Amino acid sequence: MNAESQIAQAMIVCLSAVFTNNILLTYFLGMCPFLGCSREVKTSLGLGFAVIFVLTFTCMLNWVTYHYILLPLGLEFFRFILFIITIAAFVQFVEMVLDRTSPLLYQKLGIFLPLITVNCAILGASLFMVIRDYSFIVTIGYGLGSGIGWLLAIIAMAGIRQKLANERIPRGLQGPGITLIIAGLMALAFIGFTGVLQGK
Amino acid sequence: MAVAGEKSEINKIISDGIWQSNPIFKQVLGICSTLAVTNLVLNTMVMCIALAFTLSLSAATVSAMRRSTPRNVRMMVETLIIAFYVIIVDVLLKAYWPQMSNSLGPYVGLIITNCIVMGRCEAYANSQPIGRAFLDGLFNALGYSFVLLIIAVFRELFGMGTLLGYQMPYFSGPHWGKWIIMVMPPGAFFMLAIVTWILRSIQMTREDKQK
Repeated sequence: MNAESQIAQAMIVCLSAVFTNNILLTYFLGMCPFLGCSREVKTSLGLGFAVIFVLTFTCMLNWVTYHYILLPLGLEFFRFILFIITIAAFVQFVEMVLDRTSPLLYQKLGIFLPLITVNCAILGASLFMVIRDYSFIVTIGYGLGSGIGWLLAIIAMAGIRQKLANERIPRGLQGPGITLIIAGLMALAFIGFTGVLQGK
Repeated sequence: MAVAGEKSEINKIISDGIWQSNPIFKQVLGICSTLAVTNLVLNTMVMCIALAFTLSLSAATVSAMRRSTPRNVRMMVETLIIAFYVIIVDVLLKAYWPQMSNSLGPYVGLIITNCIVMGRCEAYANSQPIGRAFLDGLFNALGYSFVLLIIAVFRELFGMGTLLGYQMPYFSGPHWGKWIIMVMPPGAFFMLAIVTWILRSIQMTREDKQK
């Protein structure tokens, strides 16, 4: 495939990762912070941006390590350990760089970074990238799209939950219960995007 | 006396894992796989076995190594132990049941970041003896499994009219318009919400009565 058609495919994959195959509402990745940290729009915005950043770069790093280290050595089964180490090391590295260079950004994103190492969306995106056999350029699009899709979903959820704060909800449904129902309704709405993209 | 203490400790582990602080409906951990694999009962059963295997053995291993693990690299060591068992499950599935491995996709690998496993290792296994850590892991996995199986049975029955792939009498017949939405992602969210609602309400009513 030439570069041009790859970029076109990357854009299609990116858009479909945001809307039709939203990583959170279709593949349920990153549910724990989605349920736990979606009480305020501000917090979820910070978390969302941290996810976009880490997810895009770890996807790229993992693509390189998988295709240039694991495949030639025939160690595909080793990918879980390698991916998780890459992610943890990358997050640590970003934390250190941010701490030195941009205290403001560190204050905003810093608290979320350690949380991200155990966010299944990050590892999940890397694993999907391997399973679907994306090329490098498409992987960039996929990582970016998945991150944006996650951000979109968590902000929408936080906005709705802020409105819900004063509502009367049955006792057993408070907290996770009502959040899951909202997520279900959002997933229904996102199904509406199906068929918008024909490419993939 | 010591024997009695041990027994009550084990009873506590069992009731905490399965009911009192059930990982799914009480602590709301490990939701990714809960929602993703419950569209078919068979997939759910394989996933539950995989999780039980990983959780109990990694809890035991973490507990066995708790004295020789430096505090500051604890999380990383735990992650690697978990990843080790997950790789075993993944390789076995790929070798003997490639079809199942394909349909579970990345969710077997995602057991590594499943918060239940990490949570039990952190909260219990790294300060308790091996036997208890193993039991704690096992019963938490059972608590996870029973909620997942409830969800999976309803999703497959309502959505496809089958159970474990077999046609069910009423639900696969012409009188039952299949609720396709149940096997799609929104169905997963709704089903989990309903199960959480019911089980939490039962739990709360019981606690009220005890007071």
